[in-house]
Amino acid sequence: MDSTTPATAGGFEPRITAFVCNWCTYTGADLAGTSRLQMASNVRIIRLPCTGRIDPMFITKAFERGADGIIVSGCHPADCHYNAGNYHARRRFAIFRELMDFLGVDPSRITFSWVSASEGAKWRDVVNDAVTRVRALGPFTAYRNMVVVQATAPKSSSPEHAGEGEGLPMQSLAADGVAPGASKEVTA
Amino acid sequence: MTELRELARRLLSEGTVNAVLGWEEGPRGARPAFVTTPDGADRLIFDHRCVHNLASYLSPRRPHLKRLGKVAMVLKPCDARAVAGLIRETQVPRENVVLIGVRCGGVVTDPDSDATLSEATVADRCRGCPDREGKLADHTVGTAGPGFPGPSHRAQKIEELAAKPADQRWAFWQAELEKCVRCHACRQVCPMCFCDRCLADKTQPRWIESSPHARGNMAWHVARAMHLAGRCVDCGECERVCPQGIPLGLITRKIASVVAERYDFRPSDDPAVPAPVGTYRMDDPQEFIL
Repeated sequence: MDSTTPATAGGFEPRITAFVCNWCTYTGADLAGTSRLQMASNVRIIRLPCTGRIDPMFITKAFERGADGIIVSGCHPADCHYNAGNYHARRRFAIFRELMDFLGVDPSRITFSWVSASEGAKWRDVVNDAVTRVRALGPFTAYRNMVVVQATAPKSSSPEHAGEGEGLPMQSLAADGVAPGASKEVTA
Repeated sequence: MTELRELARRLLSEGTVNAVLGWEEGPRGARPAFVTTPDGADRLIFDHRCVHNLASYLSPRRPHLKRLGKVAMVLKPCDARAVAGLIRETQVPRENVVLIGVRCGGVVTDPDSDATLSEATVADRCRGCPDREGKLADHTVGTAGPGFPGPSHRAQKIEELAAKPADQRWAFWQAELEKCVRCHACRQVCPMCFCDRCLADKTQPRWIESSPHARGNMAWHVARAMHLAGRCVDCGECERVCPQGIPLGLITRKIASVVAERYDFRPSDDPAVPAPVGTYRMDDPQEFIL
């Protein structure tokens, strides 16, 4: 019940956006609610017709607007209300996940799951796991502050040397969400 | 070269096509050419400086070229992969275009260089390219050198990046992406970018922030990479035209390798093979889904 414990004062509480399908996971989450299952309250659900409707742009936009983690969830294979939406989503997100990983975004910030309408308990576990995981990773200020960082950062070094210690304001921001420009020991 | 010119002249004088798209000698090296008269066929050239992917002119995004009617197009084997992609995704009817395949032993990086083709000057994408001639062609002309052995420098760079910790990859891409000025040259030149209206141009909602800061650039390059997943034919044009020298090929190649690994799809010049994104198998791997 770790993740359901209220945050201690000043502790970091992740904001998690969940993109869920109307037919399975949304109903499953509803069941979790009506069954009065205890779960972390960090998740904001966005209901969509189908996982096939979820564009990877939804996820980048959520990160831009302050999400620390994402959950994408829909019907189990063979259960899709539209027959094939989740199969298409599965390919798309397999690729998307690798892309984000390659660009340096920790893929464990993005959780994918199949939760059916009867799996209220599974939804609770998915939520609690995601919250615990993202809480450990810390706030994702690195993503949403990219604008600020670029505006205030000293001219970055040549890409060959990037990531080797100097000129990395991103890291200090990522570490504790301090205001840009604040001097902070950089640990690469 | 004579073979190519004779063929172009014949197609034009017989009225099989209204134009032949190929390359000609320009003031700054080889450049794309539109030949519309039989006499003009003598302008056509093909050599190692013909780097452009002309398949881009077939994209339905260029309706002004539709007025040409039926055209013939000179294609390197890699360009043939792009045409196959357009046919595969029903963007170009096969019967609307006559394909003249040229045998190719690799091209240089810059059409404006007077470099001869060698291990040092060859374009990175040509390293390890297995195709000397394309199978998707109505006519095949020319002779080809032996090609160049792989692996490409890019493949090595991708491995190198993938082996680094995530925060160093993040820093690398931040430094690269913040250079982007969002001129969208990568989109304009890409033969496989064929949306009528680009996501980046839409304002309601504005999915991709329009100002060229790292966050908007991230969204743009993520969108581009996702749209090119299973489509990119590795013609290298995006990287060539990028005024900021962003290594876009690293992203598209990385995605291509993911698609190849997971869905056993490699861009080929066979339009009958279905595109990997847009199709699915019941038993696709899903180890990442809880």
